[in-house]
Amino acid sequence: MHDKILLSHGEGGKRTRDLVSKVIARYFDNPVLAPLFDSGLLGRVEGEIAFTTDGYVVTPPFFPGGDIGRLAVCGTVNDLAVCGAKAVAISCGLILEEGLPLESLERALSAMRDAAIESGVTVACGDTKVVERGKGDGIFITTAGVGVSVDGWRPAPSAIRPGDRILLTGTMGDHQVAVLIARRNLAIEAPVRSDVAPLSGLLLPLLPRFADKIRFMRDPTRGGVGVTLNEMSSAANARFVLDEARLPVRDSVRGVCEILGFDPLYLANEGKAVLIVAGDAADEIVAALREHPYGRESTIIGEVEEGAAGVRMRTLAGGMRAVDYPVGDQLPRIC
Amino acid sequence: MLLKYIDDFRDPAAAKALVDRIRRAAGDAPVRLMEVCGTHTVAIARGGIRPLLSGAVTMLSGPGCPVCVTPDGYIDAAIALGKDRGILLASFGDMLRVPGKSSSLEREKGAGLEVRVVYSPLDAVTLAAAAPDREVVFLGVGFETTAPAIGGAIRTAAGRGVKNFSVLASLRTIPEAMGVLAADPEVRIEGFLCPAHVSVVIGADAYRPVAERYGIPCVVAGFEPLDILLGISMLLRQKKEGVARVENEYSRVARPSGNRKAQDLIRDVFVPCDTGWRGIGVIPSSGLRIADRYAAFDAEKKFGYSVVYAPEGSACRCGDVLKGKILPVDCPLFGKACVPEEPYGPCMVSGEGTCAAYYKYGGL
Repeated sequence: MHDKILLSHGEGGKRTRDLVSKVIARYFDNPVLAPLFDSGLLGRVEGEIAFTTDGYVVTPPFFPGGDIGRLAVCGTVNDLAVCGAKAVAISCGLILEEGLPLESLERALSAMRDAAIESGVTVACGDTKVVERGKGDGIFITTAGVGVSVDGWRPAPSAIRPGDRILLTGTMGDHQVAVLIARRNLAIEAPVRSDVAPLSGLLLPLLPRFADKIRFMRDPTRGGVGVTLNEMSSAANARFVLDEARLPVRDSVRGVCEILGFDPLYLANEGKAVLIVAGDAADEIVAALREHPYGRESTIIGEVEEGAAGVRMRTLAGGMRAVDYPVGDQLPRIC
Repeated sequence: MLLKYIDDFRDPAAAKALVDRIRRAAGDAPVRLMEVCGTHTVAIARGGIRPLLSGAVTMLSGPGCPVCVTPDGYIDAAIALGKDRGILLASFGDMLRVPGKSSSLEREKGAGLEVRVVYSPLDAVTLAAAAPDREVVFLGVGFETTAPAIGGAIRTAAGRGVKNFSVLASLRTIPEAMGVLAADPEVRIEGFLCPAHVSVVIGADAYRPVAERYGIPCVVAGFEPLDILLGISMLLRQKKEGVARVENEYSRVARPSGNRKAQDLIRDVFVPCDTGWRGIGVIPSSGLRIADRYAAFDAEKKFGYSVVYAPEGSACRCGDVLKGKILPVDCPLFGKACVPEEPYGPCMVSGEGTCAAYYKYGGL
């Protein structure tokens, strides 16, 4: 084996075969993948199926608290989990840039394996391509996931009504700030770790227990809680009102946001969920979420009120304002 | 600890007490106050403060958003420099969407113009040092807050002999613009909420000519909700007492005489000049151009381009918004032909622009 990825690793010949069987398959040692057929044969799957896909292009690929491998598994597991489905099998599509150290690939694969074990999902199939130096960014990963829905639970935005509560399972912005700092072009040091984590173990056990009291769930990744809530509000055709005083943000993240002029509401999270739940069950659901390590800081951040769709916020100063979609990237302010 | 300090300036109970005090102090007709600075505009909008004071105080938004007052001729000159000369442009991010006469840096970037977004003017010097065969021009836009950083970058480039670095300067000074607004009978300002960061550099005393000459109370205020409410309350007290002086709510950071070191740096690298403000016109001595001894770093001189200021002629009423004559919602284009994704006027472009702040946080 070479210590760097070469173009020939993606050309389908012996080197490709070696890379797949001697490196990649070593990390995903399971009976579905092991024969290295053109498809992973999952056999009979009981229940209703959910299916999702996502691509991961994070720069840098390794950051405090996680890496692109963990992200690729958790992102897909979470997209299934917030739809009430337990991930059964995921694919692993690798797009590698010529010259990538083999060690980096192995680091990402090992993180994928660990996250897959943690979420109880099988990496069932895969594909590897190599692009010329300069045509990629080290490593890109795509994953698609198949999940089985928890019996009887479906996302039901239309069931949302005034008096429902808006829950968030922890602090905002940890992932994006960790990645921004890891890029090292802001000359800022802060002890921020990405929150990247699989949420299936946190969310799915609650669904049979609370059933239709949990109306709708989303994971506030790109665009953050602000964008996710706007989308949820449109889907539900309901007015969401947040309470600024209750928005959870870690001090280290707040510090970075204060300096750069970012709003944590619009920063990406990779291990958090937003839940809209019935008002009479909200406290009990928060208590249940807090029992799980990934939900310790769960809290109620707002409420559904009468009125047209849209997101509003009761500010610390006692005023009320709109929380809209941002336009383009948030940029550090001039003055 | 630092954040605990910030939280003290966001305390809801104290905010309510201040709002009550302001409402009690206001008269029958709403008092017309202007927040000069774009960061105040955003803080007021984000804090939902304007509706809290409605009927008691009308907050007019001033010209203190650097991107908003940059004339379209400047954007045209920047695009021309990049296109005609193959120059690598380095810019603060929020300049990219500002419309020039017929295009913007963002649009030209999509068509192949090389524009790098940097977080600090020094990053542009580093960029130039790393690419000695390319000319790098930094788009130096801003007020007294960014001027020292841009001046520092020029001095660094001079000291390190980075000859392929220069600045297309479009720097402005705040007190001169306040003087023009104070003298405008249509605007009818009864008090200025003066900028926090600018005042840290120039000092609170810099507003004394405005207060004394035009009899308009001035209060320097910080950017937290309580800073703003306390500043407004101090302005109302001056009005009630019939006095017009400069007071400093932000004394924890801004000194009466400001930051001498930054002022010396500005004086070393720049000299005052007349300059055009988008929507307002040419204001005498309100700009900073690069001093002759640093002419080698002045992109206008180096490449023979000059920024032409021409009054805008369109339905866009950014000028009246910047002067506080109308609110954004009174402009016929607001929220229709002019939205943050497709801004028509500069006040909709920057995150600190008055129209953008109204659009983003208003609409209740």
